[in-house]
Amino acid sequence: MALIDSRPRTRREARRELGPYGRVQQAVNELDERIGIARGGRNLLDKIFPDHWSFMLGEIALYSFIVLVATGIFLTLYYVPSQAIVVYHGVYKPLDGMHMSQAYESTVNLSFAVRAGLLMRQMHHWAADVFIGSIVVHMARIFFTGAFRKPRELNWTIGILLLILAILNGFIGYSLPDDLISGTGIRIAYSILLSIPFVGSYLAFFLFGGAYPGHIVIERFYIIHVLIIPLIIIGLIGAHLTLLVRQKHTQFAGKGRTEHNVVGSPLFPQFAAKTTGFMLMVTGVLGFLGGYAQINPIWQFGPYEPTKISYAVQPDWYMGFLDGALRIMPSWEWTAWGHTIPWEVFLPAVVFPGLVFNLCLAWPMIERRFTDDYAMHNLLDRPRDRPKRTAAGAAVIGLLFTVFGASATDVLANYFHVPLNEVLWFFRVAVIVVPIIVGFVTWRVCIELQHVPGAVKRKRAMVVSRTPEGEYVAAPAPEHPGDEHRELEPEPVPVRIELEPETVGASATTAPTGESGVRRALR
Amino acid sequence: MSESKEPQASGTAGVMDPAHGSSGSEVGGGEPAAALPVARLDDPHLQEATRYPRRVEAIVALSFLIGIAGICAFGGAYVERAGTQAYAASLFVGLFFLGFGLTAWGKYLMPRGPFVEERHSLASSRSEQQAMAAALVERTGIVVRRRKFLGGLLVSGLGLFGIVAAFPLLRSLGPRPQGTLFKTNWKKGSLLVDLNGTPVHRTDMQVGGILTVFPKGKETTLTAQAVDQTVLIRVQSTTLVTMKARADWAPDGYVAYSKVCTHLGCPVGLYEQELELLVCPCHQSMFNVRDGAFPVFGPAPRPLPQLPIYFDTTGFLRARSGYDQPIGPGFWERSTIGNGKASAT
Repeated sequence: MALIDSRPRTRREARRELGPYGRVQQAVNELDERIGIARGGRNLLDKIFPDHWSFMLGEIALYSFIVLVATGIFLTLYYVPSQAIVVYHGVYKPLDGMHMSQAYESTVNLSFAVRAGLLMRQMHHWAADVFIGSIVVHMARIFFTGAFRKPRELNWTIGILLLILAILNGFIGYSLPDDLISGTGIRIAYSILLSIPFVGSYLAFFLFGGAYPGHIVIERFYIIHVLIIPLIIIGLIGAHLTLLVRQKHTQFAGKGRTEHNVVGSPLFPQFAAKTTGFMLMVTGVLGFLGGYAQINPIWQFGPYEPTKISYAVQPDWYMGFLDGALRIMPSWEWTAWGHTIPWEVFLPAVVFPGLVFNLCLAWPMIERRFTDDYAMHNLLDRPRDRPKRTAAGAAVIGLLFTVFGASATDVLANYFHVPLNEVLWFFRVAVIVVPIIVGFVTWRVCIELQHVPGAVKRKRAMVVSRTPEGEYVAAPAPEHPGDEHRELEPEPVPVRIELEPETVGASATTAPTGESGVRRALR
Repeated sequence: MSESKEPQASGTAGVMDPAHGSSGSEVGGGEPAAALPVARLDDPHLQEATRYPRRVEAIVALSFLIGIAGICAFGGAYVERAGTQAYAASLFVGLFFLGFGLTAWGKYLMPRGPFVEERHSLASSRSEQQAMAAALVERTGIVVRRRKFLGGLLVSGLGLFGIVAAFPLLRSLGPRPQGTLFKTNWKKGSLLVDLNGTPVHRTDMQVGGILTVFPKGKETTLTAQAVDQTVLIRVQSTTLVTMKARADWAPDGYVAYSKVCTHLGCPVGLYEQELELLVCPCHQSMFNVRDGAFPVFGPAPRPLPQLPIYFDTTGFLRARSGYDQPIGPGFWERSTIGNGKASAT
């Protein structure tokens, strides 16, 4: 260690002491000596990300969340979470002189009087819708490829918790402007709480600080929306990604891909470049939607008043399945021994989503029970190879789509000039029939696909041509230029990259420190 | 040559030496590390993923230039207050094309790979696993066996704290419901007024007219409005009897029902005049005005409670009494028989 203590006298010596990687080497050494980053850090840079498009769905969710946080912080600077009644005298003249809550007033003001405020608000709303949508699609990918199996059950659970929290926060978030439509939504939420047996009225009163609407619910929703749930979401995303790094990615079977390796691009620089670029693109698209696709124009709905209501009230898309379930539920209410159980609310709005999410949470266990498969799985299934799982998932998706459609009974009846009663009964039947049909058809299709020879391989096109004599001749199409660029056998990520041999040879004799013998070739 | 013995420099010596080839080398710091993979620059894995790097470079450069222009335009639009669409267009162009260029760079101009990484089991050895379980069980065992009494005290103390802490956390959030859900502000003799506090006179409404009314003095606060809101309708018949035992509840064809839907509490705001149906726009429950607001369609389980009303000596409408049952959606403590017909008292 004496050599280290002897300080270099000249700059050149100092540089030489640092080795070929200069200041970066120095920084790495300093950090490594204190907190030990070198080996783990390099492993992280070498982490392999499979090059399959379906792995991008979760990234959309992550980047929408980043946009949500950024635009949300902007919104908190202008939004006032208060139900105090004020008289509006702002720039939007149609509302001039109207009584409204400060929450509504500040939302209108930040839309019209704050520069880029409307863009930020609409981006935030779009980002929320895209966030939840991409979580759902990502989850479907995980489900149908069996990526939730051992050892990843915990991450599957975290993902479902994230979905539930995202839906909850989405609902609370769009309730904050206190406009006529969201106010009605809050009233419905209050009534759903009331419907819970034994504790319903207590839950409702504790959340709303008394009877509906009270004076405090917007303030409470605000702190839940901007602090409590986002903190939990951030923590869970952290855990989600930590587990992902620790357990490494799953991958589809293919050339050189086994249960014991991962093939793809390293985090740095390929994946980092691709994913950062993708983040910018997602943000750009959300910005475009925020400026060109109007969403939640609260100034058209008017401020919330408990006695008013507007026609064709639909919630955001992710609440649609609850709304649809509420619509098609028969009006069953039990009253006995001095108590009431409002099944017509409790069943579709509490029990139904509870069953769906618990089924999702329990699925890895359920599947294990049926397949007795306790092995580790790092290679993904093709959905067709697991017909029963695929059919079950498709059936549940079919069910959810049907109840989602049922949330538009009134709109459909108007649009197609069909009696509302027929639309209602159509959905009441469909909600039972559709999952069965979808499940059965999916199962059959999976079985059929298994028997298609060479279905997995991409085939060369055949060109069929007719000779002047009228004969038809089939010949393989010429190879597409892209096809010549065959995939290579995977290799470990090189830590060091050598120059051409002659350069190395030359430098070995002339520059023993290696400064010119090594260079970063990864661009 | 003495420099090469120094820790940092020696790390690169192996690369320098052509004899070592791609076998890697030891890193400094004293402990021997696993061989680190080395590749030559002409390794096919390190070549660009595209076969037309010049072309892709041009596309990436163009994309970056468009992106930079978009970012500049965004700044300019912001300064000039050019409006939401201008912000959005420039922001989109800026971020999307920067992102597109970067993605293309990463996908086509960086080493094509594919690269591989070995998976290592995360699990420890069986003996390590057993040691962990043993540490938990045996140490806890020692503690519990030796000091059962202390442990019991501690657990009950913490448990008590949990219960006691839950009290302010939950209980202080709001009052207990007690009778609140059973009550409205309608009382015997309450004057029916509209949102502006104007009472309703016998001559005020046309046949087919509809008005939302409140008990006088309570029309201003939202919380009162939310429960008291009552829809007053004048129907054709002047001798409307909506149900048995409600003979004098609808004088002169004026009939009043709670406006709070019995399904989920939305205001029953639509009135279909010809069929004399009240419709809730939330989930399309329909209530027959002539038939005691009995639900004829949709998920509402109960009729809207009817408010008994009369004309006072000056010809203004007043309530005979409050509602005979809790208004609005069902809840656990609600005890009135559901169908309303039997319960009209």
